[in-house]
Amino acid sequence: MSVIPAPREITTEPRKSDRIFRRVVTVGGLSSLAILSLITIFLGYRGFEVLRQEGFGFITSSDWSITTDDAGNVVESQFGLAAMLVGTILCAIIAVTIALPISIASALFLNFYSPQWLKRILIAVVDMMAAFPSILFGIWGFLVLMPSAEYWAKLIHHYLGFIPLFDLAPYVVTRSPFVAGVVLAIMIIPIITSVSREVFSQTPLDRIQAAYALGATRWGMIKAVVLPYGRSGVIGGAMLGLGRAMGETVAVFTVLNIVFQINWHVLLGVGGNVASLIILKFGDASPYEIKALMAAGLVLFILTLGVNAIADVIVKKTGKSGR
Amino acid sequence: MSSVKPTKPWVASPRDRFRDGLIFVGALAASFAIVEATALKGKLAYFFTFFIILTIANGVSGLLRYGLPAAKDAALKTLVGLGALLTVMPIASILATVISKGYKGIQLNLFTQDMSMATPTDPLTNGGILHAVTGTLTLVALSLVMSVPLGILTALYLTEIRGKFTKPIKFLVQAMSGVPSIVAGLFILSAVLYPITKGYSGFMGALALTILMIPTVARTSEEVLNLIPQDLREAGTALGGTQWRTVAMIVLPAARSGLITAMILGVARIAGETAPLLLLTGGGDKVNPNAFNGPMGSLPYYIWKSFNAGSPEAITRAWAGLLVLVVLILILFTTARYLGTRKVSR
Repeated sequence: MSVIPAPREITTEPRKSDRIFRRVVTVGGLSSLAILSLITIFLGYRGFEVLRQEGFGFITSSDWSITTDDAGNVVESQFGLAAMLVGTILCAIIAVTIALPISIASALFLNFYSPQWLKRILIAVVDMMAAFPSILFGIWGFLVLMPSAEYWAKLIHHYLGFIPLFDLAPYVVTRSPFVAGVVLAIMIIPIITSVSREVFSQTPLDRIQAAYALGATRWGMIKAVVLPYGRSGVIGGAMLGLGRAMGETVAVFTVLNIVFQINWHVLLGVGGNVASLIILKFGDASPYEIKALMAAGLVLFILTLGVNAIADVIVKKTGKSGR
Repeated sequence: MSSVKPTKPWVASPRDRFRDGLIFVGALAASFAIVEATALKGKLAYFFTFFIILTIANGVSGLLRYGLPAAKDAALKTLVGLGALLTVMPIASILATVISKGYKGIQLNLFTQDMSMATPTDPLTNGGILHAVTGTLTLVALSLVMSVPLGILTALYLTEIRGKFTKPIKFLVQAMSGVPSIVAGLFILSAVLYPITKGYSGFMGALALTILMIPTVARTSEEVLNLIPQDLREAGTALGGTQWRTVAMIVLPAARSGLITAMILGVARIAGETAPLLLLTGGGDKVNPNAFNGPMGSLPYYIWKSFNAGSPEAITRAWAGLLVLVVLILILFTTARYLGTRKVSR
């Protein structure tokens, strides 16, 4: 008589090795959460003293001065980011204004006009450009682009000077937010282009073919199908570019003339940027001023985080709009 | 019985090609004539008059043949082409400048000496970038060691575990890729350098670069792991493998080349990162083999320093450093693309 083995107990409980595996992966996966919250905590903790002392004035006033006595104690200090915040937003908006039409055009070209061989090369080139370091753009912008950009600035002032935005009260066109904006635009074109290209390439083929079947020209098809479908994706891509342009340090520092003065005149050689302020002041900053720089870093961090979060939400909405 | 030859009315006939070529040449000639005859001058003037004329000429040609919609279509086609050209032009200019200005500084001593015995105004035969190259390699190696495990674990969480944190983590990785590099530098400064080590070192820089590298590695790895067929995972489980063994022995080996691509793209992302290194590494002029103690040079820091020194020799040094950096990034990028376009290996 053979022995009937007892039936094996079947369970969906993961084994020990799997439980460990899952725990390790989950902990690793939460590293991004840990890092982001640590950044907020530490910058906030270091900058707290300055933020409390300056209060709301930290983002509304535009003085940045610190007086110390001979022993190095802080006698009087005044930290205000307003000029730098205005400069950050101004440069970033100029950059997106220039980059967006060019990026949409090249994304459309890549998806609907380019021959296949050219498309492959162009995609590689654009992706590579996105990986180029910002110091390269900065130095190239300063030594090569700036002379041309100043000439363009003079042309804009000559023909459009009646618009207050393009006013030049003292005639200084070197190192203006416009030049910085052009450099930033060149840096973010690859980003916006590749996001738009991806969104456009997801356009449902049946809608495209339906448009052609109804007798649309290529542009008619793009206007009726592709642009409405990809609209939110393109806006999201532009926001990503905006976030990148706001956080840019080295390229802006090389090109821009950093002055603590609120300046909305695009062509005037006076500007600033929170990130480049940090590099500018870091070299000879006292411990107390370093705290102010940490607070400035916190403001920049929250600003870019907000822009990126909005961008993320908008990109995800792609495809829900359109006909 | 005669057979009907299939026609392709949508392909451009020789006549169409001839007409388009004629318009192109005509626009070119007209733009030259206009620039010569009027007060306009400069490359910009040639460029834009040419494109304006080309747009109008194509539009009119379409209008005459098929009416208004065709006119719009033809004009927009030219504008879209212009956009693509404007995207590519800066990169061509950048590469041309870097090569033409940088090659003068590329000499043998550049790779065998450091800057500890040279001043910015020394001739180019003295001093080099040895300290910068070794420094950058050290920084990259350290950041790789720290960021690749975290990046790949994040990707594994998003593709294999798919737990309740999937959505927030996806969002956070996206948000992390937007963290300005200077903020990463300030964070390490406030969290590690001031309270703990109190001195510049290469390791501090590597910590900041890790923060910038994790999102790139995580997102690329996630894409690659998503491409691994679900069949492979099911086969592993069907053979009695636990999830851990399936992932370690089937999924990860299958995604190997893609994961290497992710690492390379991460390295390309951080190789030229400047801002955090300015805050954290101190940027010494000597070869420093110890990443945990003392200032450490790096290519971006070297370029930054030479550029700010301002003398003609120093500027040439900066361009030479940029050339080395760009070549490094090009090599990394080509390797990544080569590996990335190969089929998923077994």
